[in-house]
Amino acid sequence: MEKDIVLKVENLDVELEGERILENLSFEVKEGEVLTILGPNGAGKTVLLKTLLGILPYQGEIEWKKGVKIGYVPQRLPFIKDVPMSVKEFFDLKNVSGKESEEILGSIGLEKDILEKKIGDLSSGQFQRILVGWALVGNPQVLLFDEPMTGIDISGQESVYNLLEKLRKERNLTILLVTHDLSIVYKLATNCLCLNKKMLCYGAPKELTSERLSQLYGGKIKFYRHSHE
Amino acid sequence: MSNQFLFSLISGIFIGGAAGYLGSLMLTKRMALVGDALGHVALPGMGLALLFGLDVSFGAFLFLLLGIFLIWLFEIKTSLPMEALVGVVFVASLAIGFLIVPEPELLEALFGDISKVSFEMAIVSIIFSILIFLMINRIYPKMILANISDDLAKSEGIKIKKQNFIYLLSIAAIVALGVKIVGSLLVGALVIIPAATARNLSKNLKEYSLGSVVLGILSCLFGSLLFKVTYLPAGPLIILTSTFFFLISLILKR
Repeated sequence: MEKDIVLKVENLDVELEGERILENLSFEVKEGEVLTILGPNGAGKTVLLKTLLGILPYQGEIEWKKGVKIGYVPQRLPFIKDVPMSVKEFFDLKNVSGKESEEILGSIGLEKDILEKKIGDLSSGQFQRILVGWALVGNPQVLLFDEPMTGIDISGQESVYNLLEKLRKERNLTILLVTHDLSIVYKLATNCLCLNKKMLCYGAPKELTSERLSQLYGGKIKFYRHSHE
Repeated sequence: MSNQFLFSLISGIFIGGAAGYLGSLMLTKRMALVGDALGHVALPGMGLALLFGLDVSFGAFLFLLLGIFLIWLFEIKTSLPMEALVGVVFVASLAIGFLIVPEPELLEALFGDISKVSFEMAIVSIIFSILIFLMINRIYPKMILANISDDLAKSEGIKIKKQNFIYLLSIAAIVALGVKIVGSLLVGALVIIPAATARNLSKNLKEYSLGSVVLGILSCLFGSLLFKVTYLPAGPLIILTSTFFFLISLILKR
């Protein structure tokens, strides 16, 4: 594997309960890159992230750079409100030192006093930041983000993206980002992977032509264009 | 206070504390009714133990292992949801238990009888309660993370199947001990009510888990003392004490 390549995927197939979810995927991620993974609902974006994390069975090859640490920000955690838990206790599940959690809070733009707050009482924006912070524990070199925007209002979204960009620069992160949102792709991504079970396109965002997009989303393309403007 | 009552009281306190602690995990795993179902599964084992003059907890534990194994086996064989399988196994056990348990002892098996706890039994109960407590304590943070999200736990390298196995074993053990105190019909409540009460009163995980233990202990303590005063059956008194705390927690809810 070349020196600056963090992840190399070749001929990846994923089948779950007899259904083919991903087919013949090949791509590479270089250090410091932001790869956005784009595709309609049910395209297998989340499955791809989970497979890369090593929690789903697959065929083909997934090769991470030796010793690379990965942080994972899941799409949502619907059950977390069933557990009465403070933010500090959530971090404690990962055996994080007090010093590191304070440093992380600084990084994600939250005050120290949030540690004593109950997770269930956080706003969705705060909770999103806490999830990002949780993924940053242990200083990973790679972040996998699953649809970070679900359930967050527009201004909240804006700031999470700014946060991502800031973290990338600060911590020299490589980021894999699953999203629906084309504006993010144009703003943040160095590379883009369009997915609908098979890989439909792979390249720099400017190569994302409207033909490609309508192939990916079918009739929905107008709607996405509109939201970008 | 007679020695015998002291044995009962101390056993109850230890079992109640461990049951409350485990209950706090079960509630976050949305498995509040599993204790109930397994209580019924224990009944045939209790019946056989009574017939052969053995400790009821011993018989209960063997049948609980068998019951859990059957549910696991059925789950592999069919695509029915776990709930349906637990339902089948638990009602069948109840029916078998009713036929096996000798009639004079049936009430004891269903509602518990703390008036028969001997010194040896008390020692065994205390040792097992402490062991279960330590075992749960070990898996607690990992289970909490797995309850929040399987994926997150797996991405942290937690072996979920292994944790679940230890967890199920702990449930079987606590139910086996609990049936001695409150009987097979009420053991589910012994496990889950303290956790539900603590949940109402706590704002973080430490308060919640500690509160579940303390409420489990207090329920057994005051329930047993009420038994001493009123001579009514201890099992229902313990559960009603626990329910009383729950009602208070509704008023104090934060």
